[in-house]
Amino acid sequence: MRVPSSEMPFLSNRSPLLSEPLWVRIILLLLALLFLGSFLLLPLLVVFGEALSQGVTVYLAALTTPDALAAIRLTLLTAAIVVPCNMVFGLAAAWCIAKFRFPGRGLLTTLIDLPFSVSPVVAGLIFMLMFGAQGWLTPWIQTFHVKIVFAVPGIVLVTLFVTVPFIARELIPLMEEQGVDDEESAIMLGASGWQTFWRVTLPNVRWGLMYGVLLCNARAMGEFGAVSVISGHIRGSTNTMPLHVEILYNEYEFAAAFAVASLLALLALVTLAVKTYLQWHYRKQLRAMGH
Amino acid sequence: MALAATEILNVSYDPTRELYQEFNTAFIHYWQTTSGEQISIRQSHGGSATQARAVIDGLEADVVTLALAYDIDAIAAQGLLPQYWQSRLPNASSPCTTTIVFLVRKGNPKGIQDWGDLVRPGLQVITPNPKTSGGARWNYLAAWGWAMHQFDGDQTQAREYMAKLFANVPVLDSGARGSTTTFVKRGMGDVLLAWENEAILAVEKLGQGAFEIVMPSRSILAQPPVAVVDRRVDAHGTRKVAEAYLQYLYSQTGQEIMAKHYYRPNDPGVAARHAQRFPALKLFTVQELSGGWQQAHATHFADGGLFDQIYTRAK
Repeated sequence: MRVPSSEMPFLSNRSPLLSEPLWVRIILLLLALLFLGSFLLLPLLVVFGEALSQGVTVYLAALTTPDALAAIRLTLLTAAIVVPCNMVFGLAAAWCIAKFRFPGRGLLTTLIDLPFSVSPVVAGLIFMLMFGAQGWLTPWIQTFHVKIVFAVPGIVLVTLFVTVPFIARELIPLMEEQGVDDEESAIMLGASGWQTFWRVTLPNVRWGLMYGVLLCNARAMGEFGAVSVISGHIRGSTNTMPLHVEILYNEYEFAAAFAVASLLALLALVTLAVKTYLQWHYRKQLRAMGH
Repeated sequence: MALAATEILNVSYDPTRELYQEFNTAFIHYWQTTSGEQISIRQSHGGSATQARAVIDGLEADVVTLALAYDIDAIAAQGLLPQYWQSRLPNASSPCTTTIVFLVRKGNPKGIQDWGDLVRPGLQVITPNPKTSGGARWNYLAAWGWAMHQFDGDQTQAREYMAKLFANVPVLDSGARGSTTTFVKRGMGDVLLAWENEAILAVEKLGQGAFEIVMPSRSILAQPPVAVVDRRVDAHGTRKVAEAYLQYLYSQTGQEIMAKHYYRPNDPGVAARHAQRFPALKLFTVQELSGGWQQAHATHFADGGLFDQIYTRAK
């Protein structure tokens, strides 16, 4: 049934026999708002309130100490490596799984979901077991003179592990729904494989892809557990923003801790805004495509 | 790497950040003037046992400055430094000491004076978990030492006391800083068992006028040790700097900085200058109490040890 969009939902023009009494609907709505307000909005406000509790000068000073800047740089660097890698992998994996039938397809789908079901701390420990001082792969790695654990490569690796599913998971259902008709037509009309990919497959999923990239980016910047295990907490060198927040909090620098936390919260808000916009855009596009 | 300036990494425990920040600046200047070499020093802080674990797993520490000798022993057990490491520097490799004191709310409303008061019914004592926290182990052994003295070495009565004490602990945080935050920021509990340096820091930095320190009649002499990690400094070629770094902790400058950050200095001259900040009390060592950390660990903190028995009963 269609409700004229100008009308508020709880004042719907359905027959009174078919819907709840007005007061029930109002109470339910208030409950939902109260819940959202106290569990989501209030904590967010507290973060910003605490961050600015000692004034803007303290706030800005906290964000511009060398250690904070290094943490921000490392977090951005990690995201800058992890997101493109996952974009390529996510697209390739989703394309394979959605457009082809091959042995091991089910296994691949399950493997992509693995990081979702493994606790991040365990993910960190797995890499410690592989690349730590007593790790299985350490003798081999040492021949290349690279450090993995307690260094930037380790942080990038665990973040990559934790964020693998985000883009692929977003694309698989979308690509499956779209089927292979468009690609087949393109090939029949003489397009090469690459042309088909760039001109047909990719444009078809671009909004879904951006949505996945956004989620992946948010998690890459916010990951705590796995990175905490592998980081070594060397100030100015292997501290990411979430770790820096914890350190500042433990050092009684509450305003500074919340200042850095507010940066992360701000990132979440921006992500949310862009996500809402994409979702809206994406739905319009789907409707235009006749789905 | 030949062009890069020498860099050393000091892996330390939680409450020493401000201390080493100041000390590092002093040492960098000292090293520049004596050897002409420009160096940089990196810091890593965390729970003492966690940090030891990280060094064992490959964190490239040139020096470790931890909360208790047991944690450096664990690193030595992996062959990263010799077993006799503690005899290489004066005072069992502890450039300073501290002790365990009580932090109470302003005016001491519950009238807490000594260890005996902590087992009063209804009192809330805040201390971290001795299974995970170095500071908590010092707290625990301080209480145990008082009880053993109070009851003339009667183990049964001392155990009774410890059980009552831990029955009064509403929450066991995993680290010393977590406990301080619980007590100070969340307002839980009537008394916090804390390192003297942590307690003074909390009073001066967090709660001007909201807290006061109570000195018990006797407490433990906490000796946070320092050591060069031989295997690492030899690989990095940093032995000379790392050794000088630790020795500088024992110098007048080093001792003054430690006193400034509320650690009890070893140097008698420096100690005398700061005497009013560190009231005298009867102090006993882990060595005197249990014959060393290995012994103390086996008796009290190992799985199924005294703490496990007491805490299961207290619950």
